[in-house]
Amino acid sequence: MRFSEEFETRFADMLTHYPTKRSALVPTLLYAQDEIGSLSDEVIQELAQRLELTELEVRNVISYYSMLTTKPRGKYNVQVCTNIACMLRGGEELLDHCKKKLGIGHQGTTQDGLFSLEEVECIGACSWAPAAQVNYDFHENLTNTKMDQILDNYKKKGTQ
Amino acid sequence: MASLVSHPDEVRVISKRFGQGATDIDRYLQLDGYKAVQKALGMGADALINEVKNSGLRGRGGAGFSTGMKWSFVPKQSAKPKYVLCNGDESEPGTCKDRLIFEHDPHSVIEGAMIAALAVGSHTGYIYIRGEYRYLLVIMQKAIKDAYAKGFLGKNIFGSGYDLDIYWHGGAGAYEVGEESALMESLEGKRGIPRIRPPFPAVVGLWGGPTVINNAETLAAVPHIILGGADWYAKLGTPKNGGTRLFCLAGHLNKPGVYELPMGYNLKKMIYEVGGGIPNGRSLKAVVPGGSSTPVLLPEEIDVAMDFDSVAKAGSMLGSGGVVVLDDTTCIVKFALRTIKFYQHESCGWCIPCREGTDWLKKTLTRFHAGAGLKKDIDNIYYLAENMLGKTFCPLGDAAAMPTMAFVKKFRKEFEDHLDGKPCPFEKAGVVEPVMA
Repeated sequence: MRFSEEFETRFADMLTHYPTKRSALVPTLLYAQDEIGSLSDEVIQELAQRLELTELEVRNVISYYSMLTTKPRGKYNVQVCTNIACMLRGGEELLDHCKKKLGIGHQGTTQDGLFSLEEVECIGACSWAPAAQVNYDFHENLTNTKMDQILDNYKKKGTQ
Repeated sequence: MASLVSHPDEVRVISKRFGQGATDIDRYLQLDGYKAVQKALGMGADALINEVKNSGLRGRGGAGFSTGMKWSFVPKQSAKPKYVLCNGDESEPGTCKDRLIFEHDPHSVIEGAMIAALAVGSHTGYIYIRGEYRYLLVIMQKAIKDAYAKGFLGKNIFGSGYDLDIYWHGGAGAYEVGEESALMESLEGKRGIPRIRPPFPAVVGLWGGPTVINNAETLAAVPHIILGGADWYAKLGTPKNGGTRLFCLAGHLNKPGVYELPMGYNLKKMIYEVGGGIPNGRSLKAVVPGGSSTPVLLPEEIDVAMDFDSVAKAGSMLGSGGVVVLDDTTCIVKFALRTIKFYQHESCGWCIPCREGTDWLKKTLTRFHAGAGLKKDIDNIYYLAENMLGKTFCPLGDAAAMPTMAFVKKFRKEFEDHLDGKPCPFEKAGVVEPVMA
């Protein structure tokens, strides 16, 4: 199992921050997922060993956090917020639009593996609703047209 | 990058450095940065706690507990290390203020955490930022690194002989973790399951050591209080509700945005003047005054001062500062359903009343909104919510119950309009349109 040098430096640094190794687990899982694409059996095994936990303990934590996944997602994970503030300004309609445009449903992935779609809970963009995140990037004050442009740009970027 | 707004009624304390490039440590220093912590080093713990107590600063995460009081609960002597933990797991629907603080003024949070550490005699602090806010975590990581490089953190800070470390920590998607005891569990590398209290975190917290947990906005206010003085800060607000706060105006408004207003600012004015009123010639139906967990207010109830005590008197809560405005095209049943869908999704499942209650509420409200509601459902919805209230380890159960009870109590007629196989009256009429469409 190989992670990037940046990952390893950060990981080694984090272990000096806490009195217990385990404390580094949650952020480390997310960083590992970002590099590998998902928390595969191999990643779980590796991190469990490094943090002196059982694989079950690691899986137990993974299942709690909504951003963590053991199944690969698309290259661009489109997360549309439909919580109250976004709902009032068209978040649900935006989600429906994305479903149609991408031809997938909630937690689906396009066949080319480029996009996956998720209906998410509040992402902290309430004053700029409706909003979505594509991976970690925020997109705000959205309309269907704006969303089309955003998705087209990612598509271009992803197929280059 | 979230866009900034302004209004003449704003009093800029926490947002003073927004848009000023203060993520750069040298710029932060030019803007009076790290002066407060140096002053604090000369003040001593008791004086710091008293100053913050007298300022009337109350927890900006939502509970509104006196910050100075919270600090005073930490025992002076402790066999185990003491900790300071900044709660940046902002996720209460309607709330997007900490995001701006981290984006524009990360050093103010570090400095506030440093002062909190000095006040309680701690040598280690953590700044926990939710996983979705990755770009803010990157900003914070750099800010902390820069503070170490200047010698503001680490051994012998500012030549005082005091050692102080502040570390970053990232979450991975969980509302529940914003609850203080679940936050500690998450930081310890576990599922965010709340802990039973007592003992309170101030006595037994992170790894068993006494721990002070403050919201990011609370900590960002602390350096300003130390520099400007408790009296100055207290006078910005109303009695027992010192200072200003960031209000996140959202929903059906012409000018939504995050505005810094004095505590006690009138809610009606906030909606119609600061927020620019309701768009498209529609009228106000209801306001959720402090994040999704706070009971809804009717138009006739909004002539209220937005401070913790006044909003409580009006039957709701000031909460996290998320003001969500609903116009007359909003279906309350649908709004209640979306609110409960969230709490059902986020319930950790540890306490049965919350796990089962939110699930049944979601099921009942879903069926109800779809037109298959029964008359007895209305009382059942209220009854279910009422039986979650105060019966769970953490406030998530209450957060789901309180708004639900208010929706039923204040909009019973609208629930009745959904009965007898009638579909949602709002959707049938086709008036539920997104503002932005």
